[in-house]
Amino acid sequence: MFGKLSLSSIPFDQPIVMVTLLMVAIGGAALFGGITYFRKWGYLWNEWFTTVDHKKIGIMYVILALVMLLRGFADAIMMRGQQALAAAGDQGYLPPHHFDQIFSAHGTIMIFFMAMPFIVGLMNLIVPLQIGARDVAYPFLNSLSFWLTASGVVLIMLSLFIGEFSTAGWLAYPPLSELQFSPGVGVDYYIWALQLSGLGTTLSGINFIVTILRMRTPGMTLMKMPVFSWTALVTNVLIVAAFPILTVTLALLGADRYLGMHFFTNDLGGNAMMYVNLIWIWGHPEVYILMVPCFGVFSEIISTFSGKPLFGYKSMVWATVAIGVLSFLVWLHHFFTMGSGANVNAFFGIATMVISIPTGVKVFNWLFTMYRGRIRFTVPVLWTIGFMVTFVIGGMTGVLLAVPGADFVLHNSLFLIAHFHNMIIGGVVFGCLAALNFWFPKAFGFKLEERWGKWSFWCWLVGFYVAFFPLYALGFMGATRRMQHYDNPAWQPYFVVAFIGAAIIMAGIGFTVLQIAVSIRNRAANRDLTGDPWGGRTLEWATSSPAPFYNFAVLPEVSELDQFWADKEHKRAYPRHAHYADIHMPRNTGVGVVMGGLATVLGFGLIWHIWWLAILGLAGMIGAFIARSYDRDVDYYVPGAEVEKIERERLVPLSKLIDQVGAAPAEQKVA
Amino acid sequence: MRAPHPHGIPFKPSKESFVSKRSVVSALRWSCAGLAVFLAGCNMEVLSPKGDVGMHEKNLILIALGLMSVVVIPVIVLTLWFAWRYRASNTKATYAPKWSHSTKIEAAMWGIPCVIIAILGVITWRSTHQLDPYKPLVSDVKPVTIEAVAMDWKWLFIYPDYGVASVNQIAFPVDTPVNFKITSATVMNAFFIPQLGSQIYAMAGMQTKLHLIAREAGSYDGLSSNYSGAGFSDMRFKAIATTEQGFQDWLAKAKAGAATLDLPTYQALEQPSEKVPVSYYATVAPGLFEDILHKDMDGKPAGDKPMEGMPMHGEPAHDGVAVAASHNDHAQAAE
Repeated sequence: MFGKLSLSSIPFDQPIVMVTLLMVAIGGAALFGGITYFRKWGYLWNEWFTTVDHKKIGIMYVILALVMLLRGFADAIMMRGQQALAAAGDQGYLPPHHFDQIFSAHGTIMIFFMAMPFIVGLMNLIVPLQIGARDVAYPFLNSLSFWLTASGVVLIMLSLFIGEFSTAGWLAYPPLSELQFSPGVGVDYYIWALQLSGLGTTLSGINFIVTILRMRTPGMTLMKMPVFSWTALVTNVLIVAAFPILTVTLALLGADRYLGMHFFTNDLGGNAMMYVNLIWIWGHPEVYILMVPCFGVFSEIISTFSGKPLFGYKSMVWATVAIGVLSFLVWLHHFFTMGSGANVNAFFGIATMVISIPTGVKVFNWLFTMYRGRIRFTVPVLWTIGFMVTFVIGGMTGVLLAVPGADFVLHNSLFLIAHFHNMIIGGVVFGCLAALNFWFPKAFGFKLEERWGKWSFWCWLVGFYVAFFPLYALGFMGATRRMQHYDNPAWQPYFVVAFIGAAIIMAGIGFTVLQIAVSIRNRAANRDLTGDPWGGRTLEWATSSPAPFYNFAVLPEVSELDQFWADKEHKRAYPRHAHYADIHMPRNTGVGVVMGGLATVLGFGLIWHIWWLAILGLAGMIGAFIARSYDRDVDYYVPGAEVEKIERERLVPLSKLIDQVGAAPAEQKVA
Repeated sequence: MRAPHPHGIPFKPSKESFVSKRSVVSALRWSCAGLAVFLAGCNMEVLSPKGDVGMHEKNLILIALGLMSVVVIPVIVLTLWFAWRYRASNTKATYAPKWSHSTKIEAAMWGIPCVIIAILGVITWRSTHQLDPYKPLVSDVKPVTIEAVAMDWKWLFIYPDYGVASVNQIAFPVDTPVNFKITSATVMNAFFIPQLGSQIYAMAGMQTKLHLIAREAGSYDGLSSNYSGAGFSDMRFKAIATTEQGFQDWLAKAKAGAATLDLPTYQALEQPSEKVPVSYYATVAPGLFEDILHKDMDGKPAGDKPMEGMPMHGEPAHDGVAVAASHNDHAQAAE
């Protein structure tokens, strides 16, 4: 009846897990009780769970990412603690089975459920605003994408308390991830959490390609599109090209585990290295899926706060496209030590180095954007400069690892770990936190406090260097990744320093949480009434903060790259119109959240071999989808009068703040 | 499939460089001398190699880092300098609010990385061929062959020329090339002796090769550098580089024991175990390595198999991936 699931699946014997479960249960009960007490369920359901508004979906993605950052970081600091202790005979406090789950979960969560939702959330929040669209091309699909991602999150969080998580590392290399070596449900949690969220990501990719290609405001040719939207376009093309590979690879691994097939097994013709190739054909583009939008974030920030257009916009666009293409030609550099011939290794090594050319170009673009600028040292700028310095160091160690001869001694070492954290923390996390500070006012209508933001930045920056430079050194000392303990006492001081670094990063995360909390409390003082708190250049700053649900009352006409900047210069940034047309908008729907819930049921049934439950979940999903496709009431028109009312409420007080607000409608009518 | 180089390329200790213009290289080496001194001070195994392969790899690392520093250090300095110089409060600095294009600068910013990468690309092409782990080292001394098998969670080493085997320890003479043939009886691992140089994966049903040489006597740490499950952290061994006499003594010690590595012993050894102490086997069932490679553990001697020795691919596959052994696929049996 319940497949492999029984009461003994709950790890009662593991105090760490049980205490966490207790805390989550108490926290969850408090949250649940609070929502019930304040009667907010209706609000949550109507305004958030069923929303198809890209901005709200974006906000939910980012909240999801921040929550999972806390979970992934808890794993990280536990690992650092274990390795700081477990030297020269000491076993530390985490036995191998637990430690192995933690590093597997850390990698999986940070990539799939922290970085990806953050990036997809940012694209959701900003891309339609930047290109002057009223929503994404397929609003319902967007909601479904989010809820599928959320169902992956639910599954991976369940694995903490019911059963176990995979011990096969974040990429689940076979044969270790095959039934023979991993008979438990851990790898199954991994497979289904990734399959569901991966499906969501693929759908999201399709959605954004169509949105960017088809829904740009009149006059916005591709070469007049803001850089962040360009990077979003490239990233979504990468998603659509790469994620199906992940889906197929995991499906084949699933076939081995569920159907007794032998794609990657040790015997009967299986070949594990096929999996390793396939997973990295997805995996390397994935790195750029995360990184490229952050390049866009930094470009927008550095240009805005230097008070200059981005230097070499065309170079930047072509460099982004080049990175996107090249990212598919380098996957083998993740396993030079497989024993490929020298020609193969040299080809992939050199192809990898070639990527550093367009990447280097980007760094020069940012450098010369600052040159002869007027740089305001706001929190987003601090993140950007911290990123530029950190990123080139990571780039250098990355190119070093791309030299096969060097990789032969550095592969799988802590040098490699330091390198990719250098890129993912220094690049992606810094980028996401910069974006959080930069676009927060657009999402919520008030700015984040500078002071705690600066504290957070300095802790992250210093913490990163303290945590990861010892790992570079340890890599040169022959220390490899994923060690539950080690014999060499000379390594211990480095691990202790790394732990201290992780603790400093923890303070950085704490300050971010504090920053958000304090800013919410003091929101009245930090209110952004203009919609343009930073002196912005692109269209998302032309509308109010937070943007109205229809984004733009009248779609803006674009004739220049930094259109909003030009409009401000020509005093035409805040036009008032005599007449507002009705606006066509999509209607909210609960089908996305229902399908996400059923997907969780499906995944849970499959993981625990509870077949009736899995069939129920799948049938429910299909049924919900069919029901949705017969629903004709999917859209509505916002009457022009209502739009006019909303716009007047914004523009009349705004005219007292800014002298640029357009003339009164009556006069304009005459003109 | 690539034809093997008939002679290999001679390894000379340390001075051999990957770039013909030695002056450039030495200048670069000087440029990172400070780094090298710092790193040497920390007793870094990878950067204090005891063999030719490791020595080349260390030099390669320093050359590559030096070459990239040519761009990276100025970029870091410029970033901080521009950020400071053009801060908003510095009203004396020029402000060019419209300036966003300069053909000259853009040509330089594409050109300089291209040049650096072109140089590094040439170095990479040459060094990758020179350091190919499959390439035999040229030496007048007859090499020692060691067959290495990754198991849960220990290393089994077979000396086919001497008929002995050991667990978690190997020995070989200094200045003698060591030819490793590597496979796995279980999940993927990687065979790595940091102070001697390159690592390579150990994969079930596939054979990889590695050629190393030690120039200094010593007992070096060896390990699996690819995570392989619960006992992974203890999957370590010692590699003893010693004199010819010391090697003979080591062989004699292995021979002196009574233990025989036959099929039942192997099957017992194959069971997962951790922190396995060093042990020796005086005799080894012939063809055991090939049987492990092909998962052919039915107890018959390897020579009796009809398929044995039949080269399926004409020549042993260079690419470890090329041969996925099914039960009867002896593609790599012929060496």
